[in-house]
Amino acid sequence: MSFPWAKHYAPKHPLTRFLDEKLPLPRLVYNAVGAGYPVPRNLNYMYNFGVLAGFCLLLQIVTGVILAMHYAPNSLVAFGSTEHIMRDVNWGWMLRYGHANGASFFFVVVYLHIFRGFFYGSYKAPREMIWLLGVVIFLLMMATAFMGYVLPWGQMSYWGAKVITGLFSAIPLVGEPLQVWLLGGYAPDNAALNRFFSLHFLLPFVIAGVVILHIWALHIPGSTNPTGVEVKSESDTVPFHPYYTAKDGFGLGVFLICYCAFVFFLPNYLGHPDNYIEANALSTPAHIVPEWYFWPFYAILRAFTADIFFIPAKLMGVLAMFSAILVWFFLPWLDNSPVRSGHYRPLFRKFFWFGLIPTMAVLFYCGGAAAEEPYVMLSQVATAYYFLHFLVVLPIVSRIEKPKPLPFSITEAVLGSDNKAVLSENAKSAV
Amino acid sequence: MIRFIGIAAGAFFALSVLWAFVTGAYSAATEPAPETAEHAFHKHPKELHLASDGPFGTWNLEQLQRGYQVYKEVCSACHSLKFVAMRDLEQLGYSEAEVKAEAASWTVPGIDPNTGETTTRPGEPTDYFPSPYPNNVAAAAANNNAIPPDLSLMTKARHDGSAYVYSLLTGFQQQPTELLKKFPSAKTPEGLHYNPYFANLNLAMAPPLTMDGQVTYADGTKATIDQMAQDVSAFLTWTAEPTMPKRKQTGWPVLGFLLFATILAYMAKQQIWSNVKPAKNKQDD
Repeated sequence: MSFPWAKHYAPKHPLTRFLDEKLPLPRLVYNAVGAGYPVPRNLNYMYNFGVLAGFCLLLQIVTGVILAMHYAPNSLVAFGSTEHIMRDVNWGWMLRYGHANGASFFFVVVYLHIFRGFFYGSYKAPREMIWLLGVVIFLLMMATAFMGYVLPWGQMSYWGAKVITGLFSAIPLVGEPLQVWLLGGYAPDNAALNRFFSLHFLLPFVIAGVVILHIWALHIPGSTNPTGVEVKSESDTVPFHPYYTAKDGFGLGVFLICYCAFVFFLPNYLGHPDNYIEANALSTPAHIVPEWYFWPFYAILRAFTADIFFIPAKLMGVLAMFSAILVWFFLPWLDNSPVRSGHYRPLFRKFFWFGLIPTMAVLFYCGGAAAEEPYVMLSQVATAYYFLHFLVVLPIVSRIEKPKPLPFSITEAVLGSDNKAVLSENAKSAV
Repeated sequence: MIRFIGIAAGAFFALSVLWAFVTGAYSAATEPAPETAEHAFHKHPKELHLASDGPFGTWNLEQLQRGYQVYKEVCSACHSLKFVAMRDLEQLGYSEAEVKAEAASWTVPGIDPNTGETTTRPGEPTDYFPSPYPNNVAAAAANNNAIPPDLSLMTKARHDGSAYVYSLLTGFQQQPTELLKKFPSAKTPEGLHYNPYFANLNLAMAPPLTMDGQVTYADGTKATIDQMAQDVSAFLTWTAEPTMPKRKQTGWPVLGFLLFATILAYMAKQQIWSNVKPAKNKQDD
């Protein structure tokens, strides 16, 4: 995509000219994340997380490929080979802690990226496809992270695999055979571990492919911005490079400081001690909990404790858990307010800050807590609001809300005035 | 249309979960879950301060050597240490010759070079610490059906690992009379031992450290039960992650560099953006 005023790539060096003729890769980079990509000038730091998520994916692939050189995906030796990485492989501890915490930080970044989208209405036309691809990436990430957590073959790996694949057994009729087929057996064992390893290696590259589509789709309308007003003229934008490369560089530094603080000083803080016990099919852990980034959805799964007519509670929970993410696919059509940014939507903003955000906080907390009162009741209330927010509140709010007046342009929002805005005002008063 | 379907689906999920809430609240009100002895009498680990604590922490080698001695003379009778090799003892400050001699004091499974029969031989630095039992069946048979867990990762495999090990080792006691008064059915079964630091209060392991001076420390430190428990907790902290000091020592220069680079990146960003008027927060919140 490009706005008419986007800078054009003009290679000067003979080598870059040669390349541009044969394989215009530098041109692609120039137009994608270089000076040839005009971006709204008013993006705040919440817009850093896309680049950071890309960085996390790269980090996970690099550390993961090296870990795979030392890891053995066999249920007899997997746990020991993980310890071999920790003890005997040069810098193996750093690779493994970096990869495990890298997964956590990937999710931190992606959650912030998603919630930025919720607030600024990034999912709205003409950007529906970017949003849909983003939800696909999130689902692929969840599958990848889940299978990666199984690989060390600790107690939580094993029992997590058992519980999550057990969800499929809730499907009527085909559930049980489906679970056996997925696992390659009646319980997680070598067959399951092998296929999880294979898929865990494959899926990140699928994610990388969908990320390319996500960015491609983004480059057609260009980024949103905190005002939600579309770019109108050159004064609304700055070239991606050097302005946003510099801003993202600073963001990357802050991110790496937080990430390295965990890798080097709190490497097991986000993990669970039970995963340092080797998998044992005969001993069930007292509390089976997934990794923290699954907690909101785990809380939704466990919130359904009563049968609904002919639907068993377990099936209800599974349906709700998957629906909790599937509902994001419909978001562009559920919220049909013409105004994008939450800044100009007083009612939407109240529901966002006092409804959705506390609900997510409660779901995060309860998903990690033991399945006992008061956590179950709290997660039930939060789950109810979660579905009401997306499926009932947003459609109604977008109908009844009276948005605040929007600025004429990004330039006006940033500078307080825009010559073109003045011109159009004059034209109006002339009429 | 999609919005009507959405509202219907949202109402369905919300009402279903609220129905679960109502039934849950009703049963919680009519038949509250009875308090359990575990809930009432389980204790959090005592405080334990080791040289390896904190972002600058590193090993106290003398303490690790003492802890190794406790493991060898007490714990190793029942517990294996399968991820630790004898060669690793050099990290505790032993010389190469000392490690060789120490390894030779262990008996490891071997194969008779003449007959091919399984046999035993003195350990070598390349060997891993041997298991006291030939297999899990033998381990269970010798221990009232409870298999003594491998200790290599014990301090990472429990919440508050080192403090937990220390508390458990020093926490054996008579069952409190209030407990029996309140929960008469919670009497410690025959063959188990009461310990409030253990998750379900009763464990199969008999108190391993029973009297002061059970171990005669090579460095002359007085071997009280508390001292031995601390030392072996420190040793097991080392076995769980021998690379820990290296991790922390690597972390500081990494953070230092990142801080420096981030400040530079911030200054570069300010410089680059200085010709674009910065966003005034015009959007009134």
